[in-house]
Amino acid sequence: MSSASARPHASASVPDSQGRFGDFGGRFVPETLTRALDQLADEYDRAKKDPEFQRELAGLLKTFVGRPSPLYHAKRLSNSVGGAQIWLKREDLNHTGAHKINNTLGQALLTLRMGKTRVIAETGAGQHGVASATACAHFGLPCTVYMGSEDIRRQKPNVFSMKLLGAEICAVESGSKTLRDAVNEAMRDWMSSVENTHYIIGSVIGPHPFPMMVRDFQAIIGRETREQCRDTFDRLPDCIVACVGGGSNAAGMFYPFVEDDGVRMVGVEAGGRGNAPGDHASPLSFGDPGVLHGSYSYVMQDEDGQTCDVHSMSAGLDYPGVGPEHSYWMATGRVDYIDCGDDAAMQAFDQLARTEGIIAALESSHAVAKAMTIAAEMKPDQHLVVCLSGRGDKDAMEIARLRGVTF
Amino acid sequence: MSAIDQLFSELRQSKKKALMPFVTAGDPNIETTEAILRALGDAGADLCELGIPYSDPVADGPVIQSSYQRALESGFKLQQVFDLGKRLTGDAMLPRVTMVSYSIIHRIGMETYIKKAVEAGYSGAIVPDLLVEESAEFAKLCKASDFSLIQLVTPTTPRERQVRIAESSTGFLYYVSVTGITGERTALPTDLVDNVSWLRGQTDLPICIGFGISSPDTAAQLAPVADGLIVGSAIVRRIASASGKENVVRSVTEFVGQLRKAIDDAT
Repeated sequence: MSSASARPHASASVPDSQGRFGDFGGRFVPETLTRALDQLADEYDRAKKDPEFQRELAGLLKTFVGRPSPLYHAKRLSNSVGGAQIWLKREDLNHTGAHKINNTLGQALLTLRMGKTRVIAETGAGQHGVASATACAHFGLPCTVYMGSEDIRRQKPNVFSMKLLGAEICAVESGSKTLRDAVNEAMRDWMSSVENTHYIIGSVIGPHPFPMMVRDFQAIIGRETREQCRDTFDRLPDCIVACVGGGSNAAGMFYPFVEDDGVRMVGVEAGGRGNAPGDHASPLSFGDPGVLHGSYSYVMQDEDGQTCDVHSMSAGLDYPGVGPEHSYWMATGRVDYIDCGDDAAMQAFDQLARTEGIIAALESSHAVAKAMTIAAEMKPDQHLVVCLSGRGDKDAMEIARLRGVTF
Repeated sequence: MSAIDQLFSELRQSKKKALMPFVTAGDPNIETTEAILRALGDAGADLCELGIPYSDPVADGPVIQSSYQRALESGFKLQQVFDLGKRLTGDAMLPRVTMVSYSIIHRIGMETYIKKAVEAGYSGAIVPDLLVEESAEFAKLCKASDFSLIQLVTPTTPRERQVRIAESSTGFLYYVSVTGITGERTALPTDLVDNVSWLRGQTDLPICIGFGISSPDTAAQLAPVADGLIVGSAIVRRIASASGKENVVRSVTEFVGQLRKAIDDAT
């Protein structure tokens, strides 16, 4: 028997009532937040079973977001790679330009149901910040977005969009001034404001019920993909690839396929500049199980349990932790996790722009890069789907800076 | 019976209230921390809470956050806390507990953490991110080593849950005065005294109030209702603003002396 066969089979019936995905997940937060998390879990449970909630969310996703997002056959890219047919799930075509809006609309509706009157959010690349500001503008909720000052510098267009949408931006100057510090600061705000404020976490991270709830709101990506694959090539895909920072687009894409053993799934972490500590943001590839931001999952930390600095040129992947369900999928062998460096992601960004006319987000470009490598080893009658989680307009200025171009 | 149980039983007999200063280990360096701990007893403290720096402390306000950052930037390592504990021996030394994130305990292992802490003379731990639901295994290990696991109750904790937390806590119960993060406050919630009084009727465990206590005046207001008071940011701020070990120790001991007097006068 191989060791792989002794591993537990990945189940879609997770987490349990304590928020555990196998060993991972749970709730490691200050006592002050417990009541709000219980209230959120209860309200989400009621909403899930409430046809009116489902109808309202589905209506918004259709008419406000523009769903379903297309499944696009990237023929020229497939031909240039010379292997499997590559399909792009076009989350970049959603309103606000990424998958993040699927989650923020769901959580904004829950905010109203809970009778809370203010929203806070953290953001890295700014996509979740824009999606939160958008949902809040739509419902007339005041919104404060915490963003690391390094990310404010490298994602300026999104910062301005959030302001246009009426959100207040709080620059976070502590620590590495990136996504991790923005989460810390949003949690601190919530510690004091929890009575009237909902914290819209933007990824499948944090204490229970966030990892489950955000996955469920994002699972529309995978559900649509299943249907679209059956409609276009009459079966499920052979392989699915998505980028993983906190891991929400990947969780939403993978989850509806978890029990389809014939579908190979690959998560792509940010390999940054290299394998040395501090040069990448790949906790699943190089980290250890530990506790960060309220849940037990893989994390980059030193021998004392202090969180390590990480690096990725893409702000949305520049995070030392990962959602607990990804740790579970890795532990059960259901999903393979690999990493892709800054340079390879940048090349894929260029190649996709020039062969398909699509400017992808730098985050999604990591998935595109590895999808090309994987597709090259597959047969032309096989199908590979990439989750193109966001569009790259926000990255134009940073890419110009990295290339020394002024415009 | 741990050193903490013994202390509170003595304090209750003499109708005294505990004063518990919080000091960040390694801020600005471990030598200064040691000098402060050695001076706290004579200054009027009864026990000490030693904060272990953590990179992502979500329950802490700017003052304690920066102290953690200063300590980590000057090369703080967990082992220094254990080495320090072993140096602090003798009858004059106060009982001491660590305030430590579960991230750190998990990393080195629950059993290892307790073993090292006990060997270094620490009597218990406050683990602010380990909720009662997640704490069963750690609580069991603590009990086996007569090491107190001090749990927290907050203004947002429903009453039946407060009782459950009190039942699983040992040493004392940490009552968080405000809905928020650590830091000095000019005013504390008006229902704080009532809420703590209610909880005192539910448990025999000593109750210590922390978060937001900034001055001898606030200490005097709260002392009658609690078994002890925890003062953190107001002390850490004094450590940060004085320069040189001697000045830091003088500034902290003077303030602790004022708190002691205010507490004794009020009770």
